[in-house]
Amino acid sequence: MATMEERYNEPVWTKIITPSESLFRFNFRELWQYRDLIILFIKRDFVSVYKQTVLGPLWHIIQPLFTMSVYLILGRVANLPTDGIPPTLFYLSGIVLWNYFASCLTKTSGTFIGSAQIFGKVYFPRLAVPISVIVSNLISFFLQFVLLIPFLIHNYDRIHPNIYLLTLPLIIVVIAMMGLGFGLVVSSLTIRYRDLVFLIAFGVQLGMYLTPIIYPLSKIPVKYQWLMSLNPVTSIIEMFRYALLGQGTFTLQSISYSIVFSVVLLFVGVLFFNQAERSFVDTV
Amino acid sequence: MSIVVSVEHVSKSYKLGQIGAGTLNEDIQSFWARLRGKEDPTKKIHDQHEDGSIHVALRDVSFDVIEGEVLGIVGKNGAGKSTLLKILSSITSPTSGTIKMRGRVASLLEVGTGFHPELSGRENIFLNGAILGMTRNEVARKFDEIVEFSGVSKFIDTPVKRYSSGMYVRLAFAVAAHLEPEILIVDEVLAVGDADFQKKCMGKMKDVSVGEGRTVLFVSHNMEAVKNLCNRVVLLDKGGVIEIGNPSATINTYFRRNSSLFSHIKYEAENAPGNDLIKLLSADIQLSEGDVLDIRHAFTFNFVFILSQNFDEFNYSLNMYGVTGEHIFNSQSVSFKAQKGQLKASCTIPANLMNNGDYTFSIMAVNKNSIPLFNFTDVLRFEIFDDRQHEKWFGEIGGAVRPKLDWKV
Repeated sequence: MATMEERYNEPVWTKIITPSESLFRFNFRELWQYRDLIILFIKRDFVSVYKQTVLGPLWHIIQPLFTMSVYLILGRVANLPTDGIPPTLFYLSGIVLWNYFASCLTKTSGTFIGSAQIFGKVYFPRLAVPISVIVSNLISFFLQFVLLIPFLIHNYDRIHPNIYLLTLPLIIVVIAMMGLGFGLVVSSLTIRYRDLVFLIAFGVQLGMYLTPIIYPLSKIPVKYQWLMSLNPVTSIIEMFRYALLGQGTFTLQSISYSIVFSVVLLFVGVLFFNQAERSFVDTV
Repeated sequence: MSIVVSVEHVSKSYKLGQIGAGTLNEDIQSFWARLRGKEDPTKKIHDQHEDGSIHVALRDVSFDVIEGEVLGIVGKNGAGKSTLLKILSSITSPTSGTIKMRGRVASLLEVGTGFHPELSGRENIFLNGAILGMTRNEVARKFDEIVEFSGVSKFIDTPVKRYSSGMYVRLAFAVAAHLEPEILIVDEVLAVGDADFQKKCMGKMKDVSVGEGRTVLFVSHNMEAVKNLCNRVVLLDKGGVIEIGNPSATINTYFRRNSSLFSHIKYEAENAPGNDLIKLLSADIQLSEGDVLDIRHAFTFNFVFILSQNFDEFNYSLNMYGVTGEHIFNSQSVSFKAQKGQLKASCTIPANLMNNGDYTFSIMAVNKNSIPLFNFTDVLRFEIFDDRQHEKWFGEIGGAVRPKLDWKV
């Protein structure tokens, strides 16, 4: 009986701070406790960008339209093939999905540098910042996706949407995981190597040309296609086009490769991030 | 009486040095080793030149905090206060040691962390509240109270970038003041805002601890505020705990340790400052009572000079300066006949004349009221501490001097 009482009197610690925790620590519960913060970050990211602009959120739609126009001219001049798909749809579908990946990557990669001030003054799960970036970019992805619809309707007789449309959630999740995973790795490394801040913008641009955005994979000579497929984004883009338009080159293997790649990448990203989170205040 | 925060042997050291090309290889080695659960191979290298490349910010710090108390943490700049707070608020992790806590913790190391200039006051209240660990519902419940406390209700839907700095701070503090953690960690936030608002903040801090029974850890340079608010005080110096005890005793220790910075000097005859005519052998400050030099007590400068000849009309001229060089006053002695050899002098500064702050002074030896023999500059450097036991106002009191005058009211 006495031992029971003693046990009750022993204070129950709710928080224990120790020097080094496992790199594999991933505290979902804590992140959940801070869900309101994540929501507010999303709102902040989304709202604050377009304050004091005339067109506001319309910019989400104007940006891909501009890019598409540039590619249309480029494609006309260079006589680039589009897999028999109407060029507007071919480019726009690629741009919309690639934009999501690229903005996830570039914006999460700035997590530590962009939030150094606030991270140094208050604690909350640091992952809340990149996660909110992923979600606020998802909103802008949906806006851009809606933009695709009138183009789809306009060209209804030249495209073949199919059952693969059901994989759309999978496509989005895989792209988000890849953008986040890459972004986390880069953001953790930028703490020590600021050089990456400059490299990343260049890298994303280069990456786009190594991904079938302005050309179809089918037009790459067959013996080099495997090389293109090493890029994990390639088959996801192709599958997205296939689902939407009925034209695209991918195999079960190449898709599985992308999925596995994104899972591993995200895992490594969180690992890097955890490591960085613990020491960055002392480094930045 | 139960313990809500237990700090056990916490140390923190920083690796100093440049980050550059060499770190990449080292990092990869270290990361790879840790991934496999092996010992960090680069660690040994750094431990070797400990004095050069490692800065120890905290050294084996241990103390407990009891539920409902206000614990003050004081110390000079660089004593480790901020590092300790950052560890307590999970912003950075300790190098060794453990901290255990019971209950929700919120820390206030800065007012207005995470305020976004483009968002309105209303939006920022929610955002800032969430950053500090409140849920949306909690903020919503306290919203009206927060707005009222801040006094900016008219501008609540204006972007905060259009706020004056005073309004900004008031709104930010209002959010923080309505946190409801079991343990609140506060760093010098009282140093902001106008007098009225400071009073309001102090009142709120007292309410939080006394009225609502929460535990507060309070770091400040403002000894008067610490004395007034805290039940116990931890004194840190050079990363270690010097003393834990009741506020006035611990603060006295703090003053004593810091007041002896530069308050006495003694020279050998051969390297004493001066010239062929006069040299200064020693100077010190003598307190009229107690061991803390504060504004309510008189103190005396004692000097020993050595003269190499006789002077018929000798006198001293003492100039007191503030630490930034402002001239506080000049005071001259009467003239007298000085004999060759050792010469003692003293000068007493009365109580209730000086303001608190850091001071230095020079003393000039003069012959015939007009011929300077030598001007000894920056003789001593000392701090006069404040004493406001019976006052309610803890902000800065300006002025070169702070005389106690005869008022008829």
